Amino acid sequence: MSSAALETKETVAGLGEKYKYGFVTDIEMERAPKGLSEDTVRYISAKKGEPDWMLEWRLGAFRRWLSMKEPTWARVHYPAIDYQDAYYYAAPKNTPKKQSLDEVDPKLLETYKKLGIPLHEQMALAGVAVDAVFDSVSVATTFKEKLNEAGVIFCPISEAIRDYPDLVKKYLGTVVPVTDNFFATLNSAVFSDGTFVYVPKGVRCPMELSTYFRINASETGQFERTLIVADEGSFVSYLEGCTAPKRDENQLHAAVVELVALDNAEIKYSTVQNWYPGDENGLGGIYNFVTKRGDCRGARSKISWTQVETGSAITWKYPSCILRGDESVGEFYSIAIANNYQQADTGTKMIHLGKNTRSRIISKGISAGKAQNTYRGLVSVYGKAENARNFTQCDSLLIGGECGAHTVPYIESRNPSARIEHEATTSKIAEDQLFYCLQRGIGQEEAVALIVNGFCKEVLQQLPMEFAVEAQKLVGISLEGSVG
Amino acid sequence: MLDIKNLHVAVGGKEILKGLNLRVEAGQVHAIMGPNGSGKSTLSYVLAGRAGYDITEGSISYNGEDLVPLPPEERAAKGVFLAMQYPVEIPGVTTMMFLKSALNAQRRSRGEAEMDAIGVLKTVRKKAAALNVSEEMLKRALNVGFSGGEKKRLEILQMALFEPKLAILDETDSGLDIDALRLVAEGVNGLRSPERAMLVITHYQRLLDYIVPDRIHVLAKGRIVAEGGKELALELEAKGYEQIVKDAA
Ligand SMILES: Nc1ncnc2c1ncn2[C@@H]1O[C@H](COP(=O)(O)OP(=O)(O)O)[C@@H](O)[C@H]1O
Ligand SMILES: [Mg+2]
Repeated sequence: MSSAALETKETVAGLGEKYKYGFVTDIEMERAPKGLSEDTVRYISAKKGEPDWMLEWRLGAFRRWLSMKEPTWARVHYPAIDYQDAYYYAAPKNTPKKQSLDEVDPKLLETYKKLGIPLHEQMALAGVAVDAVFDSVSVATTFKEKLNEAGVIFCPISEAIRDYPDLVKKYLGTVVPVTDNFFATLNSAVFSDGTFVYVPKGVRCPMELSTYFRINASETGQFERTLIVADEGSFVSYLEGCTAPKRDENQLHAAVVELVALDNAEIKYSTVQNWYPGDENGLGGIYNFVTKRGDCRGARSKISWTQVETGSAITWKYPSCILRGDESVGEFYSIAIANNYQQADTGTKMIHLGKNTRSRIISKGISAGKAQNTYRGLVSVYGKAENARNFTQCDSLLIGGECGAHTVPYIESRNPSARIEHEATTSKIAEDQLFYCLQRGIGQEEAVALIVNGFCKEVLQQLPMEFAVEAQKLVGISLEGSVG
Repeated sequence: MLDIKNLHVAVGGKEILKGLNLRVEAGQVHAIMGPNGSGKSTLSYVLAGRAGYDITEGSISYNGEDLVPLPPEERAAKGVFLAMQYPVEIPGVTTMMFLKSALNAQRRSRGEAEMDAIGVLKTVRKKAAALNVSEEMLKRALNVGFSGGEKKRLEILQMALFEPKLAILDETDSGLDIDALRLVAEGVNGLRSPERAMLVITHYQRLLDYIVPDRIHVLAKGRIVAEGGKELALELEAKGYEQIVKDAA
C-alpha cells in the first residue's frame, strides 16, 4: 500500500466520534447581505471581479428562477425553504492571492487536517492535487505546475472565468442549461465558486484531481459550480469529497456539475458525500439538492459516475449521462446510505441518443433507523439510438424494521433494437449473519460495517484505491447505532 | 472448564431445555447425541450467547466465570467457538477478509496486537493446506456457493485458526461424504490438547468412529437422559434413540 493510502487510513481511524466533521472553524467571514435579489447577484459577481457577460448570464438565470417552482415529485419531505432567510455569499476575510501554502491561514490548514486531508502531506505523499474550496473562495491550489506541464487546467471556476473566458463560454451551461430545473437555475444565478478542469487533446491527466468542499459559515447556502471538459482522446479522474459541520438548522446545498467528454475521451467522476446528516432525532443537516450531468458528446467517449452518499438530511441527486456520441458509454455506480431520519432520493438518467451506446447502472441502497431511501432512475432510448444497451442492477438492504427502500425505474424505448435489462433485489441483514460474525468475535458495529461493505463491494471497487479505504470506514461510521 | 447446572432455556416462550446438567473438563472430548429436535443446537447457541435464547433457570460456568452475562463476541474472545450446523453466507466479503477481521477482533478484545494482512495470510495458508481448503476458496465470498463439505471444512479451519479453549461442533459431520468426514475428524483430532475441551454434537454414531470421545451424553426432550463411555454410541446404534429414551424413563 502506498504511504498516501496509509495516511488516509490512519487519519480516519484516529477520529472516533460519530460525526467526526462536526466542528466549526472560527474565522472572520465576509458576507453578502441576507436574502436574494438582483443586488445579491450583482454583489457576488462584483466580488468575483467578473466580466459583464458573466453577470448578464447570472441575471438571466435569476429572472428565470423567479418564475420557477420548487419541484415536489421526489419522495422527500421538508418544511418550505425561505430563500430570503439565507446568505448567498460568504468568504473568509482578507484573502489576497496566496502564492504558496505557507501563506494560508493556519486555522484553515488545521481544518483540513481534521478533515483528513492535510495538504502538506498530500503534496508530499499522495500525488493528489487538491483544489480546496472553503465556503465560497478557493484558498489553496496545489500541484498547478505539474498539471501545467501536461497542459491540464485545474483551477477555481472564478479564475477560469477571468483567465479562460472562451473555454468557459463555450461549455458552461451546455450540459445543464440555465433553465434546467429550479435548483440548477438558482445555482446559475448565485454560484460563488467551484472547479474548472480542462484536459487537452490526447492527454492523460497525470494525477487524480480532487476537491474537498466544505460548508463552514452558518446560514449559508453553498452553490458551487463544476465544469470538466475532456478534449478528444483525453482521460481524467476527479474526486470530490464533502463534509459540513453540525448545526441545528438545515442548510441548502445546490451544486451543479457539468461534464463534457469529446471523441474518445473518458471522465471518471467520484463523490464521497458526507455532509452533516442531522442528529438521531432528525434535527439539522444539509439539504443536498444537486444537478450533475455528463455529456458524452463525442464518439466512443465514456463518462463514469461513482458516488458514495452517506451524509445529508436530504439527498436529491441524479448524476446522469447523455449518450450523444455513437458508441459512447455511460456508467453509474452508487452507494446511498440513509440512517435515522435521513431521506435519500437518488439515481441516474441514461439518455441514449447515439448508435451502439451502452449504459450500466449499479445501485446499492442501504436504509436503517427510520430512513427512507429511494432509487429513481430513467433509461431512455431515442429513435436513432440503434442497438442501445442498458443493464441496471438495483439492490436494497434494510437494517431494522422501521426504514423503507423504494425503487422507481422509468424505462422509455423508441427503438426496437434496444436491449434493456433491469434487476432488483431487496434484502435484510439477517440475524443469522450477525450472529455468525459475533460468534467469531466480531462486534456488532464492525459486523454491520463488514456485511454492508460486502453488499456494496461492486461499487467500492470503482473508487480510486486511496479513497476506497476511507469510503469503507465511512460506511461503518454512518451506520453506527443502527442495530441493537 | 464447563459446568452447566439445571439449565432451562426458552425460545419464543417455549421451553426447549428443561434442566440440563453437563460438566466437561479441560483436555476432554465429550459427545452429545440425540434425536432431531431434542435441543442439541439450542444448547450450542446458548453456550455461544445467541440472542433470543432465554435462560429461565440454572447456570453456566466457564473456567470459573459466569458465562451468561457475556455477549457472544466476548465469549469468542475468551475462547468459546461454535462450528455451526448451518454456516452462514456473507456476500461480497471474501473468506480471507472475514478471517482477518475475526482474528484481529478477538486479539484486540484480549489486548493483543493485531496481525497484519501478511501475517494472517501466512497463518491461514499453513492451516488451510491440512484441511484441503484451497487458495481459491479463501478468495471467494464467505460460504457463498460453497458445497456442504467446503462449508464444514471452513468451520474447522476457523477452529484451527482461533485456537479456542472450548470448541462446540454442531453436527459438523452431517452432509459429509466419507472422505470429507475423515478430513474433518483429522482436523479435530489434531486440535485435541490438554488445555482444550470439545463438545461434539452429532446425530449419528459414525463420526465417533473417527473422533473417539471420553464421554457420551444422550439428549432427549431437553434433558440428558443417558450417559456413558464410548461404548454407549454402539448401544445407541443398535437399539435406536427411542429405546434408550424409554429405558431411561
Ligand atoms: N427459533 C425457534 N423458535 C421456536 N422453536 C424453536 C426454534 N429453534 C428451535 N426450536 C425448537 O426447539 C426444539 C429443539 O431444536 P434444536 O435445538 O434445533 O434441536 P436439534 O439440534 O437437536 O435438532 C425443536 O422442537 C425446535 O422445533
Ligand atoms: Mg441441530
